Amino acid sequence: MLDWTIYVTFGGMFLMLFAPARSLTAIRSLALLTTLAGLTLAIYGFLRFDPNAGLTTIRKLSWIPTLGAQYFIAADGISITLVLLTGIAAVSGVLFSWNIEHRAKEYFAFYLALIGGVYGVFLSFDLFLLFVFYELAIIPKYFLIAIWGSTRKEYGAMKLAIYSFVGSAMVLIGLIAAYVIAGGKTFDLNELANFAFPEKFQYWAFPLVFIGFGILAGLWPFHTWAPTGHVAAPTAASMLLAGVVMKLGAYGALRVAMTLFPLGLQAWRHEIAVLATIGVVYGGMVALVQRDFKFVIGYSSVSHMGFVLLGLMTLTTIGLNGAVLQMFSHGVIAGLLFGVVGRMVYERTHTRDLAQLETMNLGRAMPFAALIFVLAGLASMGMPGFSGFVAELQVLIGAWRMYPTLAVLCGAGIVIAVAYTLRAIHRSFYSGEPAPANASALPPISIPERVGAVMLLACSLAIGLYPRLLLDIIAPSWDSPLMSRLIMR
Amino acid sequence: MITVLTLLPLLGALVIACIKRESIGRALAFLVNLIALAIACTLWARFDSTSVKLQFDERYEWAPALGAQYFVGIDGLSLLMILLTCLVIPFALVAAWKFERASNTYTALMLSLQSGLVGTFTALNFFHWFIFWELSLVPAYFLIKLWGGPMRAQAANQFFVYTLVGSVTLLLSFLAMYWATKTFDFIQLAEMGRSGELTSKLMLQLGWYRLSTESLALVIFAGALLGFAVKVPLFPFHTWLPATYSEAPSATSMVLTGVLSKMGVYGFLRILIPIFPEQMRAMLTPLLWLSVATIVFSAFAAFAQRDLKRMLGYSSINHLGYCLLGIFAAMKYTGTDPTLTLEKTAALNGVLLQVFNHGITAAALFCFVAMLEHRTGLKYVDSFGGLRQAAPIFCGLMGIATFASIGLPGLNGFVGEFLIFKGAFPLAPWEAALALLGLLATAVFLITMMQRVFHGPLQKPFVDLRPGEWMIVAPAIALMFGLGICPNLILKFTNTTVANFAALLAN
Amino acid sequence: MNYRDLFILTVPEVILTIGALVVLAIDLSLRRTAANRARMLAGAALTALACLAAGTWVIAAKASGSFYGGMLVLDSLTRLIKPMLLLMTVFTALISVDTHFTDHVGEFFALLLLATIGMMFLVSTENVLMIFIALELLSLSLYILTAFNKQNFQSAEAALKYFLIGGISAAFMLFGLSLIYGLTGEIELRKIAAKASLDPLLLTALIMVVAGFGFKVAAVPFHLWAPDAYQGAPTASAAFIASGSKLASFFILAKVLMLGFNGETWAMLVAVIAALSILVGNVAAIAQSSVRRLLAYSAVAQAGYMLTGLLANNDQGLTSLIYYAATYAVTALGAFGVVAIVQERGGSEQLTAFAGLSKRSPVLSVCMLIFLLSLAGIPPLAGFFGKFYLFSAAMSRGLLWLVILAIAMSAVSLYYYLQVLKQIYVVNGEGSRLTACGLGCSVSAVLAIAVVLLGCAPDLLVEPLLRAIRSAGL
Repeated sequence: MLDWTIYVTFGGMFLMLFAPARSLTAIRSLALLTTLAGLTLAIYGFLRFDPNAGLTTIRKLSWIPTLGAQYFIAADGISITLVLLTGIAAVSGVLFSWNIEHRAKEYFAFYLALIGGVYGVFLSFDLFLLFVFYELAIIPKYFLIAIWGSTRKEYGAMKLAIYSFVGSAMVLIGLIAAYVIAGGKTFDLNELANFAFPEKFQYWAFPLVFIGFGILAGLWPFHTWAPTGHVAAPTAASMLLAGVVMKLGAYGALRVAMTLFPLGLQAWRHEIAVLATIGVVYGGMVALVQRDFKFVIGYSSVSHMGFVLLGLMTLTTIGLNGAVLQMFSHGVIAGLLFGVVGRMVYERTHTRDLAQLETMNLGRAMPFAALIFVLAGLASMGMPGFSGFVAELQVLIGAWRMYPTLAVLCGAGIVIAVAYTLRAIHRSFYSGEPAPANASALPPISIPERVGAVMLLACSLAIGLYPRLLLDIIAPSWDSPLMSRLIMR
Repeated sequence: MITVLTLLPLLGALVIACIKRESIGRALAFLVNLIALAIACTLWARFDSTSVKLQFDERYEWAPALGAQYFVGIDGLSLLMILLTCLVIPFALVAAWKFERASNTYTALMLSLQSGLVGTFTALNFFHWFIFWELSLVPAYFLIKLWGGPMRAQAANQFFVYTLVGSVTLLLSFLAMYWATKTFDFIQLAEMGRSGELTSKLMLQLGWYRLSTESLALVIFAGALLGFAVKVPLFPFHTWLPATYSEAPSATSMVLTGVLSKMGVYGFLRILIPIFPEQMRAMLTPLLWLSVATIVFSAFAAFAQRDLKRMLGYSSINHLGYCLLGIFAAMKYTGTDPTLTLEKTAALNGVLLQVFNHGITAAALFCFVAMLEHRTGLKYVDSFGGLRQAAPIFCGLMGIATFASIGLPGLNGFVGEFLIFKGAFPLAPWEAALALLGLLATAVFLITMMQRVFHGPLQKPFVDLRPGEWMIVAPAIALMFGLGICPNLILKFTNTTVANFAALLAN
Repeated sequence: MNYRDLFILTVPEVILTIGALVVLAIDLSLRRTAANRARMLAGAALTALACLAAGTWVIAAKASGSFYGGMLVLDSLTRLIKPMLLLMTVFTALISVDTHFTDHVGEFFALLLLATIGMMFLVSTENVLMIFIALELLSLSLYILTAFNKQNFQSAEAALKYFLIGGISAAFMLFGLSLIYGLTGEIELRKIAAKASLDPLLLTALIMVVAGFGFKVAAVPFHLWAPDAYQGAPTASAAFIASGSKLASFFILAKVLMLGFNGETWAMLVAVIAALSILVGNVAAIAQSSVRRLLAYSAVAQAGYMLTGLLANNDQGLTSLIYYAATYAVTALGAFGVVAIVQERGGSEQLTAFAGLSKRSPVLSVCMLIFLLSLAGIPPLAGFFGKFYLFSAAMSRGLLWLVILAIAMSAVSLYYYLQVLKQIYVVNGEGSRLTACGLGCSVSAVLAIAVVLLGCAPDLLVEPLLRAIRSAGL
């Protein structure tokens, strides 16, 4: 049933190509309906999922017998969490894009193509299929940024496309090598994971594939596409990029690199944990000195993804739980932050320069936006009560055993996060004298924006206050034969 | 019941934040506080003062995978703090409405602060205790930032970040303990701490860098200590406080000094000492001397201040220093000597009394400063003078509050300080002796302040307090007298808890 | 052996010959009266008809085996490849209809058919002599086809370069082939393999033969004719060079190397050529401002990828090579079809002429998107699967370094393909809306659909190929 998310989304994209280009209502409604359908299916799959059943196969069809590639769609707790995230991010992205008028049809067509590809990655358990969906997602990103973006959009789009492609090229090399060494018979992830690859091979294959995925996940020092790309992208694309696409990389690293090459993982985990922590601290410190509002959020994404990667390297149930939960949490929170900065602030004030925003006293002019941003900022800081706290808590617990110094450094990272968030809140909304005359000329926050923002905020609060909603399905995933080899007792 | 008490102000805050008319908002807030006070009094009335067990407890499963459980309950200490909160917050709210023209947002923020405080004082599982601990920071930050003085932005940031660093180290320590023991429950952790199981588990599960068992436990303890030391504050982590109290709007300062600073002391008593008794004993001497430093330096620093609010800020540090002195003195290892156990009980009783009394007194003092600011817009000692001629009622009442702060017998401040010193002298003679200097200095600066403000030539015209206004401080003044003459009101229900505490510390 | 049997075996080629003559004749009669486009249409229709008839016969014919000492080999593999080649010719003819570059319509289509005949013979032989003859027939036709635009001096220059370099490589190849004959005394590939020994002279001969073929497939360092030919030749000729002749040449190169020589002798040589092609092709393409030159350098790089697959030297390798060559041919045809239309309306094929194409003709833009992304290797298009298959085959032979280079350069290639797509979709251009989708546009659309189809369900092509190759004993 869950695979219908993929079909519905691509179907919507296909229909969009034939929609009348003049009728904005038709285009927007189609996009909203498609993403809502995807979300409904995701929720339905979430409610019906039995966590104790392990990996649930949804569809397994023979696709390319000569290669051994199958159309193998399955789900476990991790997949479902991320599919749910995609659904939520997709709907809120459409809501925040409601005001796009320039070439709206193509915009939503590319948007839906991207979403469809992402759904596909999270549900594929055949490596060939997974890679097909993974690569598929690169091109819509390029166009979304190059056509509808802002600052240096063409440069940002090309940088992002090339970086992503290089990353997937690295993954492809490792993939083909693994496929060939395992006999060239199958791409089934479970079977390949059972195959004992030679240690020397794993020693170079693991970092290649992990870093290949890690580039998209914002692993330091391969993260440089992220701030440029996020800033150049239009709002909804930034929301998706930071919210969902970066999770593609982390998911790939977890699902493919870590399970296929356990010996390689053991050999390289300390180095990667260190890189992840550097990402946390570096991202935070760079965010602290940015002049462009969106750059602050972009670097904060790098910082938060560092937590995900560190959690992955702890190889404990609780640390891994935290990593997956942080993927979900950051997805929602980043979406919210970009929504406020890009849509609510930038499109009204036409500036993202903090020094200029300081003079506008937006706290009075846009109280709703200010409130949402404050709450989103609190969530981003890891304030208890929001999802980020629960996720970072678990990552830190997991990190204590193996990497105490890194855990302490991440604690420092949390403090830095507080500092840059407070700085951003202060300068963008709450400084400056009582509003100058033109402040009232700012258009009010529209209904779609309000709905989108509240939706995302509610998700973060719900998971923060009642984490069992997701933990109950994520935690049993580590018992399946595929994932249990990761846990170090 | 406790859950209702915790969540009611928060719900009230959410509703009030959406209301436009100030009058409706204020009426609603008043109602909420009335109900909260009623619940607190009910708890007080139904509290069984003879039992050492946890009362009114509630336990619900929350996230077992994380060890998070909704576990609340009160004993004498918590009850005291709840009562303090439910008294100070309405006091501060009324002051804010009257003297600062507070908007509905302000009221809503105050109410959410109240929720956070009650939650902190009743939570017994680290997970939601920490939620409330952090959540009390946020409304305070915004109150300072949006309604504060000219340097409010820096002050608010400094307050938030400084306190947060402590919170982060506290969090890290607790996470390490969770990994070792798989529990966040304070009661269970206290059991383990007492029996020594905690240290061995830490060593077993963590064991890094070839640290010895004791050193490892000390490192974890240090993290938690920092969290509370920043909050109380303990010298040298107090530097955030004067600026914050000075820039915050006066009503907020009332709450800051009245209740928020007590969170640190509560943390010492509820968390730090039960879980890390051995480690505290190991660090006892430096801690004692730090508390002495806190007392003495802050008193002398207060003397040098010209800004009334900064002066009162340092005074807060000073008074809380006495609490810490009492606590640390009570920690001293004395074997099962019954006289010394009695002294410990006395010291701890004194600490609790001091907590409550200082809360009321300091809140009242800030209220008076609010009145001064409201009338004249000034807060510097030198700006005032000769108020006694123009406003005798005001000066009379403020004088009472000031003397209570000094510790004049007959007023509430005396009993607490007396008990602390009575208990501390046998246990830590040198430290207590030096702390007396602090008492002396306090007296000096407070009386100097009174002299400068009340006596001398009249500098600015000042309208005396109208009945509506002095009715605001009347309950506080009444309490000052009441508790000064009859401290048993409080001791009755705290004594059992304290005695049990001291007994546990005895071995 | 009698002429009747020979005739029956070569009916497809005969049909094509007759077709060529008929086209010439009909055009001669039409030349007085009809407009250029009508003549092109008639010529294309006739060409298509001839090719379809030939193709039907090829598929239906039962004859199988090696005749005349390997001069004519008909088996299930040729039954697959020949129709592919004929289809290429059909599409090339259809693309040429909307372009106006010559008055000599009949000659054009006749030469097209003659070149096709050359290709047909080229793929159905295992005799070095026949190979040379067919190759020459193909090449000579292509030289003239390149020069066909008499108004454009670039066309003449390209043809001259093509001819000169082609002539030299033909000489090289002939010399190499004769050396082989001198050393082994055989002209049949399988028999050459049996007699060959590790002789330095044989190696020299091998190098010369590879040089000859390398020219044909535009591999480095024999590629220097390609950019000019692709840019200067009339669009249809360029399309033909890029598609059908590439497929045929690769096929016969594979056959020569795999059947005629021991794997170890030519592996290093081909690997170096492949690596150089991949490097030079991709790097040079980055700087191009002319779309056709870009496609030319891209073709050089693609030749490198295909040679990588060849290095596997087994059935998987050959299957991947043919699959990729076939799908590449389709893609190149489609891309040139789009370029033809843009050039015809806009007057130039520089990158700037494509600006804003997405507004002017959405269908063409989507087609170009599909073609270029397939060339870049984006799933689920045929180019991705082809590359994947090629690299898997090469990897199974342990050529890790080459595969890494190829994949890395693929990543680089995305850059220049995106430059074209950027012009089409991102940049705002002037220009009125193109008229509704005509013949060229429909052809491109059909080819685009084919690319997508072959990418999503590659087994449609791979499975029969694999079976045919296995049964042919390769």
